[in-house]
Amino acid sequence: MTVTVARVEPSIAGVGDYIELMKPRVMSLVVFTALVGLLIAPGHVHPVIGLTALLCIAVGAGAAGALNMWYDADIDARMARTAARPIPAGRLAPGEALAFGLTLATGAVVVLGLLVSVFAAVLLALTIAFYVVIYTMWLKRTTPQNIVIGGAAGALPPIIGWTAVTGSFAVEPLLLFLIIFFWTPPHFWALSLYRTEDYARAGIPMLPVVAGPSETRRQILLYTLFLAPLGAAPWILGYAGPSYGITALVTGAVMIALAFRVRAEGRGQMANKHLASKQMFAFSILYLFLLFAMLLVDRMSGGLFGQIFGQIFGDVSSHFAA
Amino acid sequence: MTMSDAMNGKKPPTGIRLTEQQQRARRARSIAIAVSLGVLVVLFYIVTLVKGPGVLERPL
Repeated sequence: MTVTVARVEPSIAGVGDYIELMKPRVMSLVVFTALVGLLIAPGHVHPVIGLTALLCIAVGAGAAGALNMWYDADIDARMARTAARPIPAGRLAPGEALAFGLTLATGAVVVLGLLVSVFAAVLLALTIAFYVVIYTMWLKRTTPQNIVIGGAAGALPPIIGWTAVTGSFAVEPLLLFLIIFFWTPPHFWALSLYRTEDYARAGIPMLPVVAGPSETRRQILLYTLFLAPLGAAPWILGYAGPSYGITALVTGAVMIALAFRVRAEGRGQMANKHLASKQMFAFSILYLFLLFAMLLVDRMSGGLFGQIFGQIFGDVSSHFAA
Repeated sequence: MTMSDAMNGKKPPTGIRLTEQQQRARRARSIAIAVSLGVLVVLFYIVTLVKGPGVLERPL
């Protein structure tokens, strides 16, 4: 029997290519949301342990990104947005990305489990597995609900941050999970509206490809109408102060207004074909960032804004009482 | 291989020879791996200092 072994050229992959595999921009949002989960959790965590947890979550997210790029190299090559990634561009062999991703994933989970919390480590392992196996390998190529269900992976980091401190679970991080979970579909569908041809060429069943742009615009509006009050829920349920509440209500109203514009755009009522979708995509990132940043400001200032508001409203009510 | 090399008993280099670019890339990767391992060692050292003797005690 003759075994043919393909000659493998020595690698020309640089450090930058490996960093690109880790999807640094996605990683930054993951680290930020995990940081918020970590800082708003009750109890004290030593800064070194907190930083270790964040490092592990960041590396875990990077591992998931690398494994995603390893598996999706064929579709990435067919899409303009992703054709320049290290594997389709030929700077890095698929095997290198696979080995890199598996090494990082194992390292991140083991270190998080050894130094911080076993529960958090199990959640990190589940998040990576969910993103790579359930989303990338299965849902992404089979159903237009791919990003809806797959969004759970991106929504888990605040819960991991929370459990890194408490070692347990609560309603508050669940709210943060739900906010990111319901934010993901309108965010990605807004993008897919002006990248429909790209997705169709790559054979990915994104909602605009399968159900058409008009149905996508309707779904964006429905999800946004649900998302805006959900964004204000931490304030309504008393987990955050009025500064957070006002931010959530105002930015939520802008999100709804943009979703209506996206809907109107589909009826040909706008001059620029995809302006509203692009605005929606860009603002959705700012929206999520602002919500989490305000939650952090609110908690870090020790509810200072709440105290000021409470003082003002207390004065007013006592004035009327007198 | 020149005639004088053959007479001196020198053998021609065999196996994979890296190009300049491949050598540079490998060196950069090796340095990055070394730095990562160094960071990991320092991290375990500092966490040991922070946590004291109960270094592996942690919430579930």
